[in-house]
Amino acid sequence: MPPVAITVKIPTQLRAVTAGEGETTIEDAGTVGEVLDGLYERYDGLRERIAEDGDLRRFVNVYVGGEDIRFLDGLETAVEDGDEVTILPAVAGGS
Amino acid sequence: MAVEALKCKECSTEYPLEALYVCDKCFGPLEVAYDFSDLDAAETRRKIQAGPRSIWRYADFLPFERRPQTALDAGTTPLVKADRLAAELGIREVWVKNDAANPTHSFKDRVVNVALAKARELGYEVVACASTGNLANAVAAHSAAAGLESYVFIPADLEEQKILATGVYGANVVAVKGNYDDVNKLCTELSHDRPWAFVNVNVRPYYAEGSKTLGYEIAEQLGFELPDRVVAPIASGSLFTKIARGFEEWVEVGLLQGETPAFNGAQAEGCSPVAHAYGEGWDICKPVKPDTIAKSLAIGNPADGPYALELARRSGGGIDSVTDDEIRQGIGLLARTTGIFTETAGGVTTATLRKLAERGDIDSDERVVLVITGEGLKTLDAVRGTFDVTTVEPSVESFESHVALAT
Repeated sequence: MPPVAITVKIPTQLRAVTAGEGETTIEDAGTVGEVLDGLYERYDGLRERIAEDGDLRRFVNVYVGGEDIRFLDGLETAVEDGDEVTILPAVAGGS
Repeated sequence: MAVEALKCKECSTEYPLEALYVCDKCFGPLEVAYDFSDLDAAETRRKIQAGPRSIWRYADFLPFERRPQTALDAGTTPLVKADRLAAELGIREVWVKNDAANPTHSFKDRVVNVALAKARELGYEVVACASTGNLANAVAAHSAAAGLESYVFIPADLEEQKILATGVYGANVVAVKGNYDDVNKLCTELSHDRPWAFVNVNVRPYYAEGSKTLGYEIAEQLGFELPDRVVAPIASGSLFTKIARGFEEWVEVGLLQGETPAFNGAQAEGCSPVAHAYGEGWDICKPVKPDTIAKSLAIGNPADGPYALELARRSGGGIDSVTDDEIRQGIGLLARTTGIFTETAGGVTTATLRKLAERGDIDSDERVVLVITGEGLKTLDAVRGTFDVTTVEPSVESFESHVALAT
């Protein structure tokens, strides 16, 4: 099987712990949760910023292919080779 | 001036007063923090009453070291005693805060007035926003008045009136193929790398402060008294919570006495993530895909949802939703009893007031304020076909044969 590669878009607010990187690639992940685990392993200090007690903090939005994972299967949402995962703060907006 | 810092609403970490909106530590929203301990109530009241006829009469409670120079100002809209509406609903006292009477005909002039002043102070030359329409109008107009370039991002299916009333000011109008939440997501991504002030993204903490002025104005217009109940629409939940914050700051300073009024939130059934969470007893909202005629309230993923829930519960209010038919009836009810023609969001709010009255949630001695946030001419489709027009020949005979006279 060819290796699976998922692109992850990182918001400004997390770039302090990613050495300024706005985009990275995680390999061999089958779910959003595994993509995030891959990120936590790579970037020290990332986990506590966006996760709490094994779940995402309430002001963190995660999207796969532009769709909010809460409309999919949450952290269990399946990802495939070439998918794009986007992490964004949830506090924007107001008509 | 009392403004001190930006502070995370979740973990209380403080940040400087810059274009920041998210806590780096926990992703919580940042909010402006003040120290009002030096304000004397009597002196502050005199200063407010001698101030300009705009939101800047409340400058001591806004996020500036000194009052900014602005080209187009919002606020001091009418608070109308609505006796015929009260009688029809069987309530003692209803006041309508008509915020359609702002320069671009919605409460968004307040938040943009503050956001643009802050954007200029921070040195931005381009202003942008994600909007369901009213904000688009306000950003376009205030930017034009200030001589700033603006980019306005809207859902592509927005009401034509709101698009026309944006482009006319010379804004760059970008119609995004998606719903408001898609527009918002795009703007959040764009804000990472562009030197633009997105009023409801990277300068959102300042923008949100503008909504407090609705609370100040209601209290001042009631003779520096609190109402017993406020009925207001919820989209992101920012306006709803900031009206309460306005009241509470004035209680803290001593300009008002008493308890926070009961806060009742109003949503359209076709986009009611906050009302749903309220009904279920949840602390957070599950996002939804909006499907309602109340497009200005069509935010499926409300940023301040958790805080709106918390306010409704602690104030003894609630959050309800109404159907599209009830929204149309609400627009008609307000128009017929007060002479105020509101947009669909106001129909949501009026229909919710009616629901509360019919359910017996409003005590007989209450003073209720209904917050009307926008203008009926912006959502004409909502009233099309709701009444008949009689066509006659230009003759007395024709008129008399077609029209049953009310004698």
